[in-house]
Order: sequence, then C-alpha cells, then structure tokens
Amino acid sequence: MASESLILFFITAVVLVGSALIFSNLVPPKSANPAKFEPYECGIETYGETWLQYTVGYYIFAILFLIFDVEAVFLFPWATIVRETGMTAFIEILIFFTILGLGLLYAWKKHALKWE
Amino acid sequence: MAFDIYDFTSLTSSIHEGLATFLPPVGVLVAEWLLVGISVLLFVAVFGLILVYLERKVCALFQQRLGPMRVGKWGLLQTVADFIKLLMKELITPNKADKFLYNLAPFIVIIVTFMAIAAIPFAKGLQAIDFDIGVLYVSAVASLGVIGILLAGWSSNNKYSLIGAMRSGAQIISYELSVGLSLITMIILAGSMQISEIIQAQSTGWFIFTGHIPAIIAFIVFLIAGTAETNRGPFDLAEAESELTAGFHTEYSGIKFAFFFLAEYVNLFIVSAMATVLFLGGWMPFHVGSFEGFNAVMDFVPPIFWFFGKVMFVIFVIMWFKWTFPRLRIDQILTLEWKYLLPINLLNILLMTLIVLMGWHF
Repeated sequence: MASESLILFFITAVVLVGSALIFSNLVPPKSANPAKFEPYECGIETYGETWLQYTVGYYIFAILFLIFDVEAVFLFPWATIVRETGMTAFIEILIFFTILGLGLLYAWKKHALKWE
Repeated sequence: MAFDIYDFTSLTSSIHEGLATFLPPVGVLVAEWLLVGISVLLFVAVFGLILVYLERKVCALFQQRLGPMRVGKWGLLQTVADFIKLLMKELITPNKADKFLYNLAPFIVIIVTFMAIAAIPFAKGLQAIDFDIGVLYVSAVASLGVIGILLAGWSSNNKYSLIGAMRSGAQIISYELSVGLSLITMIILAGSMQISEIIQAQSTGWFIFTGHIPAIIAFIVFLIAGTAETNRGPFDLAEAESELTAGFHTEYSGIKFAFFFLAEYVNLFIVSAMATVLFLGGWMPFHVGSFEGFNAVMDFVPPIFWFFGKVMFVIFVIMWFKWTFPRLRIDQILTLEWKYLLPINLLNILLMTLIVLMGWHF
C-alpha cells in the first residue's frame, strides 16, 4: 500500500473510538447525582485551583529534551550513510558529539539535571 | 528458498488482482481499505485483550497466585467480560473539566497507536505500509502519544491527574531520547531505515548476534527506555496507584478508561515489535552458521510464528520488569536517563560506528 493509506489507519482509529463513545452515551443506564460530577480527589469538595503554575523542574527537562531530540533527528540521516562515507563520518560525528557532550556537561555542572 | 511458501506478497497481490477483475479502481481501493481496516481493528482488539489477560496471568505467576480462573476455561474470557462491563458503564464528564480536550484525549492515544501499527511487519509481505524511513516514522508517531496523556491529565481539572500527566510527560520525553539513540545505533549497522531492508539484512544472523557488544548494549538500553516510554513497570509513577489514585486517567470512566488501557498495551506491543525488528531479526528464522539441517528445520516454521514468538518473549521480559522491580521516584528516573543512559548511548554510537567502519562485526 502507498503512504496515502496512512489516512486509513487514522479513520479506523477515529471510527473505533467514536462508535464506542456513541454506544456508551446511548445504551448504558444513566443516573443523575450532582456529587458524581465533582473531581475525584479525597471525598470532600476540592479545594483551590487546579490549573496553576507548575514546578519549573519539568520545563527544564523539556528544554533539554528539545536540544537533544533535534540532535537525534540530525543523526538519523547520518546513520544511514555511515558505511558509504567511511572514516570522514566518524571524525565528523566525533566533533559533533564533543560539542554536544560539552553542552550536556554544562547542564550537569549547572545542576540542571538535578531534581529539586 | 525454503520460506518462499510463507511469502504473503503473492497472497495480497492475488487479492488485489481478484478484486480488480470485477471492480473499478476506486472500488478496489475502497474494498482493500475496508479489508485492511477491519483486520487491523480486529487485531488490536483481540491482541489487546490477550495482552491484558497475559499480564494478569504473568503477575499471578510471579506472586504465586492463580490469577483469573472463573470466567471461561482458565479465566480466558475474563478480559472479554471486563470489556463488556466497561462498555456498559455510564460515561461521566466532570463539571469543571475542559469538555473538548477531555473527550479528545482518548482519540489521540488510540489514533497514535493505530498509525504506528501501519509500519509493523508481521511477516514477509504482511506489512501495511513499508516506508523508506520506517524506523524514524514509528519512533516519531509513537512519541505523539504523550500529547494525549498530557491533555487527559490537564483537561480533567483534577490535581492527581495533573501531577500524573506532568510526571509522565517529563518521563516520556526524556526516554524518547534513549529510544531514538539506540535505534540510531542499529541503523548504523543496518545502513537503512526501511523496515523490510533491516529485516532482510538479518537473514544471515540477527543483529543482536552479529552486532558485537554495542548491539547488546543498545538492546538493553532500548528495553529500559521502551519500558519507560510505555509508562510501565518500575517507571509507572504516572499512574502510581498508591499516591495518585490512577494518575492521568483518574477522571475517565467506562470505555474512555478502556481506551487508555488498550493504548498502553498496544504501545507495549509496538515497542516489543520494534525491538524484534531491530535486534531479534523480525520474522527471520533462527539460523546457526553452517548447520544446514538445523537451518532447514527452522525455515519450516512460518515467519509469522517467529515474529509473534519473539514479540511475546520481549513482552514477557517487560512484564517481568514490572513485577520484579519496585517503582522509581521521579528524580531517580530522570537521573537514570540523563546521567547514565544518555552518555552510555552517545559512547555506544561511537563504538558502533567504529566497529562498522573497521568491519569488526560478524
């Protein structure tokens, strides 16, 4: 099959979830109870806002991820042609990894990898 | 060749030609889409149910219990009964939730798993779409699942869900790196990203045997990172039951919860299938050097059994992790990835490049 058929898998998934949701909205019995629609936390009514500023630690890792993932995207085409390019590929990746390793070392020394 | 009898290409092309005799080209396309769509749907549903049953049985095995035994012979129908029960439950949308995003999240997690399955090779010729960037495609699509998890956790307007989603997001994107880099290690050895070519390159020996030491290191890293990617095993703190109720899907009920559950198990299958393709030779039979007789016997086993046998083995190992190791804390998880797996992976890529260029691999 050609790659356009990818849309088929998209449609199949939408049909599966959609039809199940429609079925579950129509068929099962329903009972109204205001407490049912409260957040499921501790039993008592929820206290304070949920959508608020969140620990910055997660965002630091997200930024680090961004850098290293872009680097991984560069590596994919490089990896397919290592055999043809020969030793040049190895030296180039050595330089690339040195820069990258320095970056990782910098983040490490700055305690960006430490969870607080 | 001995295993040409098991080549599915002739079967699919004969179906294609048979349809073309009495249908216009558009009709052929629609009929084929229907066939593939229904078979994928059936595969996901049935395999998901089997995996849930297997998980409970493996868990029981490790804890010296029997596991589900009541519904059907050896409890075989237990997951079917669970599924029907979940389908017949009322769907609840919390008052304070962001209704649109809350309902969108299950769609995203399921769409992602289906699109990843499009590139999984079940046997020779039994692969829906053979991209020339297959490995990159699978890792790219599979990593989109984290969006569904983040949406689910955030839109529920529940503190447990939010904490679970944030942990899961940090964890999945971190281990995404290790998965990607260990895939790159194997692409260097294979010299191609096309899944059928990678498998073909392993006809003389699986990469885990021919790839020397770096292949083994990459396999171990891939297993650890893959377990973390699927939110399983010792890395399941996104839904740490004892502290977060059920993590990001606390507010989901009935069939919506079932979809998150199903997506988790299908992702487990996708990770195991990728491990099988890249390290264990996909559907290639096991061959030992020049033992002609032994190799012929191995060729006799259909590739689809080889594929599922290896996938089941990897799935069992990942389940083994889950029921053996205690859950890690979030700082331990991030330390493991950024201070151990990432540097190991970068060095491993260099080692693999050197071995490939020097021709030291077998």
